[in-house]
Amino acid sequence: MKRRKGTNENLMTKAGGELDDRFKLAGPARVLMNKVFPDHWSFLLGEIALFSFILLLLTGTFLALFFEPSMTHVTYEGSYVPLQGVGMSKAYESTLNISFEVRGGLIMRQMHHWASLLFMAAILVHMMRVFFTGAFRAPRETNWMIGILLFWLGFFNGFTGYSLPDDGLSGTGLRIAEGMTESVPFLGPWVSAALFGGAFPGDEVIARFYILHVFVLPLALLALITVHVGLVFAQKHTQWPGPGRTEHNVVGYRMFPNYVMKQVGFMLLVFGVVTAMSGLFQINPLWMFGPYEASVVSSGSQPDFYVMFMDGLIRLFPAWEFRVPPYFTLPAVFWPGIVGMGLSVLLPLLYPLLERRFTKDRGHHNLLQRPRDTPARTGLGVMVIVFWVIGVVSGGNDVFAQAFHISLNAMTWGGRIGIVVLPIVAYYLTYRFCLGLQQHDREVLAHGLETGILMRDPEGRFYEVHQPLVEPDERGHTELEYSGATVPKKMNRIGVLEPAQRGFFKSIEEPSDEDGRRDQIETGNKR
Amino acid sequence: MSADNDDNRPDEVDLSDPKLSRFEVYREGLRRDGIEILHYEPRYPKPGTKLEKRMERIVASLFFGSGLFATLFVAAYIFWPWEYDGAATWRDPRTWYTPILGITLGLSLLLIAFAVLTWAKKLLPVEELVQERHDGGSSSEDRRLAESTVDTVVDDMGLKRRPFLVKAALLGAAPLGLAAVAPLGGLIKDPGDMLTVTGWNGDKHNGGNPVRLMMKDGALVRPDMVSTGGQITVYPAIEGGATNEFASAPTLLIRLRAQDAEQLRENLYPMYQDVDAMWGDFVAYSKICTHVGCPTSLYEQQSQRLLCPCHQSQFNAIDNGAPIFGPATRHLPMLPLDVDDEGHFFAKSDFLVPPGPAFWNRPSLPEEDEQ
Repeated sequence: MKRRKGTNENLMTKAGGELDDRFKLAGPARVLMNKVFPDHWSFLLGEIALFSFILLLLTGTFLALFFEPSMTHVTYEGSYVPLQGVGMSKAYESTLNISFEVRGGLIMRQMHHWASLLFMAAILVHMMRVFFTGAFRAPRETNWMIGILLFWLGFFNGFTGYSLPDDGLSGTGLRIAEGMTESVPFLGPWVSAALFGGAFPGDEVIARFYILHVFVLPLALLALITVHVGLVFAQKHTQWPGPGRTEHNVVGYRMFPNYVMKQVGFMLLVFGVVTAMSGLFQINPLWMFGPYEASVVSSGSQPDFYVMFMDGLIRLFPAWEFRVPPYFTLPAVFWPGIVGMGLSVLLPLLYPLLERRFTKDRGHHNLLQRPRDTPARTGLGVMVIVFWVIGVVSGGNDVFAQAFHISLNAMTWGGRIGIVVLPIVAYYLTYRFCLGLQQHDREVLAHGLETGILMRDPEGRFYEVHQPLVEPDERGHTELEYSGATVPKKMNRIGVLEPAQRGFFKSIEEPSDEDGRRDQIETGNKR
Repeated sequence: MSADNDDNRPDEVDLSDPKLSRFEVYREGLRRDGIEILHYEPRYPKPGTKLEKRMERIVASLFFGSGLFATLFVAAYIFWPWEYDGAATWRDPRTWYTPILGITLGLSLLLIAFAVLTWAKKLLPVEELVQERHDGGSSSEDRRLAESTVDTVVDDMGLKRRPFLVKAALLGAAPLGLAAVAPLGGLIKDPGDMLTVTGWNGDKHNGGNPVRLMMKDGALVRPDMVSTGGQITVYPAIEGGATNEFASAPTLLIRLRAQDAEQLRENLYPMYQDVDAMWGDFVAYSKICTHVGCPTSLYEQQSQRLLCPCHQSQFNAIDNGAPIFGPATRHLPMLPLDVDDEGHFFAKSDFLVPPGPAFWNRPSLPEEDEQ
């Protein structure tokens, strides 16, 4: 046993030597393995997107083995009875076949769809983390911009993806996209004719979307993701303020083995969740929608959630059309559809530069900020979230109206008024919340933690006992400066009242606490 | 502790010293990468304790469990009946194929994920390290060296001395860039009349004869096929008239109640009065929403509203299909109707204004501004 281990080690040394002779790896490999990463759960949100992307590439490759991006007209003769004998495009037929005739095809399709939703959701949540903590500030503006581009590439890759099956729902989405395209002054009809190869829907758009969906956009995504992750690596991750953490260091654990093991575990976790969801929860049952026909639509036609805010804006925007008869029209949909989308790309893209300009803060920042410490930015962020959420809700306002028995028109008007008023209210409230939280932090630093213990003094006044964080002066005050790090707010945050014994059902070890700290706390006796 | 406090760092060690332990060599590697160990101790101070053994057992059983479920997945994938064969109840094992695949593979992945994560969180040493961060660009020396390199290259090429050559190169390369994207021009198609002419245009699609109305299955439409207050979707009775080839042609044929028809006649725009667009109590509106082109599918007989389910534009069926709610701004164009000698509906002409979403040079008529 021992000898075999010895030879194994020699073998590894030998293999390492051979590799190093050729590629000179010893130095870079050590640097890579030793690299220190800061640790916080919120730094892993972007990874969910990365892992979903890997899953998308894998499942997408499987689907491409069976999908036929063709609008050639065929008659369905597969095993799904309700559609037998119905005329449809080859794209829709092959998607039905993936669902019904290919072994394991349905779960692959559902994994692809669920993973795409998770991809976009993770991007959004990750973006919020980066925004609210100020991680986009210099020197990381470039990476923020790449992140915004990744969102929009994902947006369009998602849209082209769910257009491919050529079912009733995706065709409706395409029709709306066509209507929006047409609305662009001067260019609209030409762009639309180029996209669809003539009049909508034509018979070329699926093939065109296919090459965009499986090659052009994924390639751009892959390239930008590589740069995005590479920059995080090269610029070193930001970290939360805390003891010993400065702008000039990184406190955390090593890439190997700690970080890599956690990443691999997390990746498998994401894979596992998506797989289980795809087996258990149905998504996009496109056999129920039938083939796309220009004259057929049903109520409750919603796009995927990341497109819904665009649809909501289009639903809410009033019927304001600008006309100079007889030959100039600026359709209403141009404003939310084209200008709105343009601003949604441009403003987030430029935000780091705008903030730099308005705050005149030109320094480099490697320490994160707590959202409460930047009330204006946090307020702005919440404002955008509220705006976005109202857009999303309005994108499904018919579903909400039906589910909650609300008038559809009331939903629309509620959305129209809400989308103007509520973001402003949200900004004000968030600003006040931030100030309140700041105030409370300062109170704890000056007076100590609230213990929840009420006392009554000889005069009959009640007061709460505070646990100072350090030895207080004679007036009970502590002079602690706020460092931008979390301030403990509860007694067990400073190590009081932790369980003395470990184990869930029964103790799994002898109490290691030999000082009887719990006794001390409970009885107040110092030994 | 921090980067500005260098005193606590271990000194550089002499790697040729044969007495160095592996850890000392390792720490020298860290030191050279600007890393200092703040805290580093085994998770279990005494190796081989009950707690450590228990954790090892947990991780091992998670790995085994993962393997077990992966095996079950492969077995289910191969042996579980899966072929779809019409509707089935939940008792039919075939309906469980996809859930079983999801549960087995999902559990396998989750278990191995927890195995790796538990290993990382419960068995790896407790550690905290600090690494220097060299932020803010290169050293001035490096910058100077790079600058001189760039300047030498620029000088060697003579970019400053030969401005004419630079201009020539730019002038030569710019068209080449254009040439690279020019083949995309193959995509360009003249939209022509695709947005203004529909399948109802007899001159273009029916050899100059007026186009009859048909149902989806090709049956020609007679007035007795629609009951009072009813509506059907009609298509131009030409080859492929009901297909997506004529995506802007679908039309809603409504038979109004007599009093509603009377009211519509009173409201009729002059352009529709001129062509006598209605026939009896019948009226035909384009089904393509004037907002962004979804089918305006829902007809509410009581309120005489047509509703588009995509963005909730609503149109008044007894007022020229004028928009009354939602984002649509223009009325649903009316198809001028008549009935021929054989008793079949036909369209007297194409729509008078282009149906569907607007575009910048859409010919608009004064009637549309009356709303």
